[in-house]
Amino acid sequence: MTLPDIPGTTLFDGQQAIKGYALNKMCYSFNSADSRAAFLRDEDAYCAAYGLNEAQREAVRARNVLALIAAGGNVYYLAKFAGILGLDVQDLGAQQTGMTKDEFKARLQAYNR
Amino acid sequence: MAQIIGGITTSHVPAIGRAIAKNLQDDPYWKPFFDGFKPVHRWLETARPDVVVVFYNDHGLNFFLDKMPTFAVGAAPSYVNADEGWGIPQVPAFTGEQALSWHLIEALVGEEFDLTTCQEMTVDHAFTLPMALLWPDQRWPVKVVPVCINTVQFPLPSAKRCYALGDAVGRAVRAFAGEQRVLFMGTGGLSHQLDGTRAGFINKEFDLAFMESLIHDPTWATQFSIHELVEKTGTQGVELLMWLATRAALGAGPVTEVHRNYHIPISNTASGLMVMAPQV
Repeated sequence: MTLPDIPGTTLFDGQQAIKGYALNKMCYSFNSADSRAAFLRDEDAYCAAYGLNEAQREAVRARNVLALIAAGGNVYYLAKFAGILGLDVQDLGAQQTGMTKDEFKARLQAYNR
Repeated sequence: MAQIIGGITTSHVPAIGRAIAKNLQDDPYWKPFFDGFKPVHRWLETARPDVVVVFYNDHGLNFFLDKMPTFAVGAAPSYVNADEGWGIPQVPAFTGEQALSWHLIEALVGEEFDLTTCQEMTVDHAFTLPMALLWPDQRWPVKVVPVCINTVQFPLPSAKRCYALGDAVGRAVRAFAGEQRVLFMGTGGLSHQLDGTRAGFINKEFDLAFMESLIHDPTWATQFSIHELVEKTGTQGVELLMWLATRAALGAGPVTEVHRNYHIPISNTASGLMVMAPQV
């Protein structure tokens, strides 16, 4: 069953779930403060321990949300990674849409008409 | 028999937790959102619920992709919040209403809903923040039954199926031998999208039509597929499934709209709030 794509949207389906399992599992581990600290101590070792592939590793290294999604990341788990970096969902939105955070917030505000 | 006193539906974004922690309730950005709950507090004083059945979606606290139930019902003696990775202060534990949990499980499985049952279950911001909005002192005067609906991994259960689940939960509660006053709560939505180049998507027209439909045409949204709902409301806007289940639990009869608030934006989200009560 093929449905028309929704522009700018990746549905986290089985295919994405398979592709992103290692990355999402690592991000899920960030629920624990010890895990967050371990990641920050040695990012390469931490990613290696979770078996991230090269595309995932590169997307983590670049802090690039669209690349993380393309590599199978699910936004609910990625949000925990963003938390380590001190980023909120508006930072993520700004990065994905190529806006500054203020521009992104202004666009949200503009819906209130 | 247990008595259904009403249903409350609200958004649940993590930023609410940060705003509570920083006491920003009167901040100009937050005031239109938090003020929406003042009439709810007054209503709760007279409605006096004993139990809340909460329809919500877990975001990677209790469930990971290793085991992802479509519908999960809590049957635990207590439910705790835990670290979700971004440092919102945790709230006090909730006391479970285990007899009602198992009554619901019996009734729902009897109606061929294939559930996951949880005797241990952490509850995330989608559960805890709406509770903290209803009872800001966080001294919970109610017992709880969590009902978790998957919105993390597609395929998601259809709007029609979530409505049917809520309907079955409502009938089971009405048949529960007890004197409890039961409140339903549905948390999530309304339109928003966190991921992709479409991040920041909001659909006010659809949100308002959806809120209106809960009062006058409750099954309206069940005409849409999940794909259509994501297209119309965003990848996280689909959390409106919790609102549908809540409305369905109030029964097919008419409901009174006690209160409504809608405000754009909080964080990336169009925030909605409704209080509905079944007409006696």
